[in-house]
Amino acid sequence: MTDVDARAAMHLSDASVSVELETQGMTLNIGPQHPSTHGVLRLVAKVEGERVTSVQPVIGYMHRGYEKLSEVRTYAQITALVNRIDWVSGFANEIPWIRAVEKLMEIEVPERAQWIRLILSEMTRISSHLLFMSSYPLELGAATPLMYALREREYVMDLIESVTGGRFHPNFNRVGGVKPVAGGGSTQKKVSQDLPAGFFQGTREAMDRVDSVMDELDELVTGNEMIRARTIGVGVIPPEKAIEFGLSGPNARASGVDFDLRRDGEPYLPYDQVDFDVITEQTGDSFARYLVRKEEIRQAVRIVRQAIDTIKPGPLQAKVPRVLKVPKGQAYVRTENPKGEMGFYLISEGGRIPYRVKIRSASFCNLSILPWVLEGALVPDLVAIMGSLDFVLGDVDR
Amino acid sequence: MAEQTNGGGFPLKGLFTGMKVTIIELFKKPVTVNYPKEKEIPVPRARGVIALDTEACTVCMLCARECPDWCIYIEGHKEEQPPSKEGGRVRTRATLDRFDIDYALCMYCDICVEVCPFDALFWSPDYEYSEAKIADMLHPIERLTEWLDTVPDAPSLEGS
Amino acid sequence: MNFWLELVIKTVLVLFLVVLPVALVVIFGELKISAHIQSRIGPYFAGGRFGWAQPLADGAKFIQKEDLIPAGADSSVFRFAPYVVLMGTFATFVVIPFGPDLAAEKLDVGIFFLLAVSSLSTLGVLMAGWSSANKYSLIGGLRAAAQLIAYELPLVLAAVAVVIQAGTLSLSGIVEAQANMEIFGLGIHLPYVLTGQILSFIIFTIAALAELSRIPFDMPIAESELTMGYLTEYSGLRFTMFFLGEYAAMISLAAVASTLFLGGYYLPGLDTDALKVAGPFILLGKTLILCFVFIWMRWSWPRLREDQLQSLAWKWLIPLALANIVVISIFKVVL
Repeated sequence: MTDVDARAAMHLSDASVSVELETQGMTLNIGPQHPSTHGVLRLVAKVEGERVTSVQPVIGYMHRGYEKLSEVRTYAQITALVNRIDWVSGFANEIPWIRAVEKLMEIEVPERAQWIRLILSEMTRISSHLLFMSSYPLELGAATPLMYALREREYVMDLIESVTGGRFHPNFNRVGGVKPVAGGGSTQKKVSQDLPAGFFQGTREAMDRVDSVMDELDELVTGNEMIRARTIGVGVIPPEKAIEFGLSGPNARASGVDFDLRRDGEPYLPYDQVDFDVITEQTGDSFARYLVRKEEIRQAVRIVRQAIDTIKPGPLQAKVPRVLKVPKGQAYVRTENPKGEMGFYLISEGGRIPYRVKIRSASFCNLSILPWVLEGALVPDLVAIMGSLDFVLGDVDR
Repeated sequence: MAEQTNGGGFPLKGLFTGMKVTIIELFKKPVTVNYPKEKEIPVPRARGVIALDTEACTVCMLCARECPDWCIYIEGHKEEQPPSKEGGRVRTRATLDRFDIDYALCMYCDICVEVCPFDALFWSPDYEYSEAKIADMLHPIERLTEWLDTVPDAPSLEGS
Repeated sequence: MNFWLELVIKTVLVLFLVVLPVALVVIFGELKISAHIQSRIGPYFAGGRFGWAQPLADGAKFIQKEDLIPAGADSSVFRFAPYVVLMGTFATFVVIPFGPDLAAEKLDVGIFFLLAVSSLSTLGVLMAGWSSANKYSLIGGLRAAAQLIAYELPLVLAAVAVVIQAGTLSLSGIVEAQANMEIFGLGIHLPYVLTGQILSFIIFTIAALAELSRIPFDMPIAESELTMGYLTEYSGLRFTMFFLGEYAAMISLAAVASTLFLGGYYLPGLDTDALKVAGPFILLGKTLILCFVFIWMRWSWPRLREDQLQSLAWKWLIPLALANIVVISIFKVVL
């Protein structure tokens, strides 16, 4: 598909305005502005009637230059920026970055900070998957799960905001732990940023609400024969292909690849002290991807409930110097983000700014399977498959 | 654990359970908060707007330097003040001429508030300051001082 | 009076007294019901607390919009398409009986005329899709045409089963037959839906939803991948006509379903004089209940894919409808 003429053909298909119906197929340009491409993704699709013969994704409309920006920003500034890579799961983006810096500086993070990071990470996972639960049925035509899922997501967002101050971009991690105090001045130093009063009670209520809305959504969406007819058997990805293309996270687990960085990778948070199941499905179709994310919400609720019972008082940040200088070295840390596996490769030459930061984002690799999986699919299935892969363009383009 | 059936029951049962959910929801009260008549109250730590205490500011420029967006514009000059004791040397004190935060650029990242060594910047959860012109989003020193009235007390902590 | 003049006056009266107000009520009902199903408020500001003036406000907004015709569009076909769709829909109101003598025109072949005329809208949809000079509209128009043609058959076959049981093609005659229908001589008058036509009712409802291009069959229109399908290029008043046409068609098909299956303007216990006054309201009530069910279904279910839609029609509904006709005929002969 990537021969020399392809690019010329792409520009030609851009230029043609009139209706050209050749009997051997039509080039359909889907996007970049489109209701269902999860952002500014452009697909140059060749269709014959209702079947897609080939699809070429064109990305880069959202490129913001994270890796270049990281060459001229200090570590604290990059922490603030990194939230915005996968904007749906803000807190989860900070974790691999901060862990990479901590790995280079060889800092040990105090217990309470690790537990707070775990609670917020799992809440971010709940919020990201709830957004998937709301937008995926919408692409299939059902408009009500959108409102139900988003309604409960607000409670989780409010909890994250009550601790960190930000709903989508918390910027709560600091090297060595989480944000300990409100500032550097003398009185601000006494304002601790620990969990506010009412957090545990609020979390318990919010988790109950999430559980009950998941029951509602189960009845409304999972058992619905039409959703099943639209998604079962659609976009099947066998496990070998999933590993070949670098799929990770719920997409890979839906194909039967039993790999979860929380359990199998290098430990970055105290997941070994909580009890949770890693959900896998064997069929690898869109319905399986939907089921995996749905069940992951319930598992995340379980983890949060256990975590708020296990957390103990303690310091929030290890001792780090005021002006942060990271020693020379390289570190790569990967974590289980809601979208998949996210990794940060940090090269530091000493000093206040990193030398190079490379971001391995989950959605970029998840997106790479599109030309393979969409070949031969029907045009409505294009939407179903793209929605089930659950990528975010900010994550793809960085 | 894939459930390839609709969970048992007669065919098309899933469709009817879905309809049951929506009809029950039809008779519940909507969750809409009727802005602007009713407003949601943000939490005390919410990052709405930054307030400035000019008395505490020493024009050290740390906030302007650390801001990732460079949205803080500071100008100041040194003023001479009489010595504290008779015969001592003349003290200088830095005074602010200009302190603007451009909220069209600000990304509410919290770095400036956190690095200030003198307790001059505070967060306030107020969020209703939209303007019709982008130029009005530059809050000068007077406006930043006004926001100080809206800064809440810190919330009490869990377990205290 | 001249026959044609009388017919025109009756039709205009029916349109403006019945179709337009009821369409506005149904539009408002859809906005409010869908909002409360989704846990939100819906129209609120237009016209006091309930927002009852929202459809009127929307209509006024659409009328004052700029009339855009794409440069490459086939201008005369583009302009004419909404009228064809509306013609097909409005003409069905001529034969719907609102009371014992209150049909605009009592035709002996009422249901036949109605189904024939309502299928004219398919032509308008094709015209709209073709003339828009837009690949997406073309795809949407072709899909819509395929869907509408495929679902005509179950619609007609389900109606045929009722005709067989009633013994007459005239809609007023069908209502009369339901009024005189008794079960086992018990003296209770039941509508056809309860006396053997339940399968026809289900088939008719499914086919009606598909004829209206509503979810779960709205592949042609509000697709998340092809914007608005054949309606993409329409704006302003022309769009309003399609929009009104869709709701008018919903009311007309719901009214036809009430007449065929639920007893029309007849309610047991009322004699003919009471029916002359209360008949229209009874029919209106049954129609609104059916419209509520349509709205409820729309906001609970997703949409079917085009090939699943077609296989549902050809492989399931048509054989079921044919089998239904055979069974009803046997019962009609035996009982």
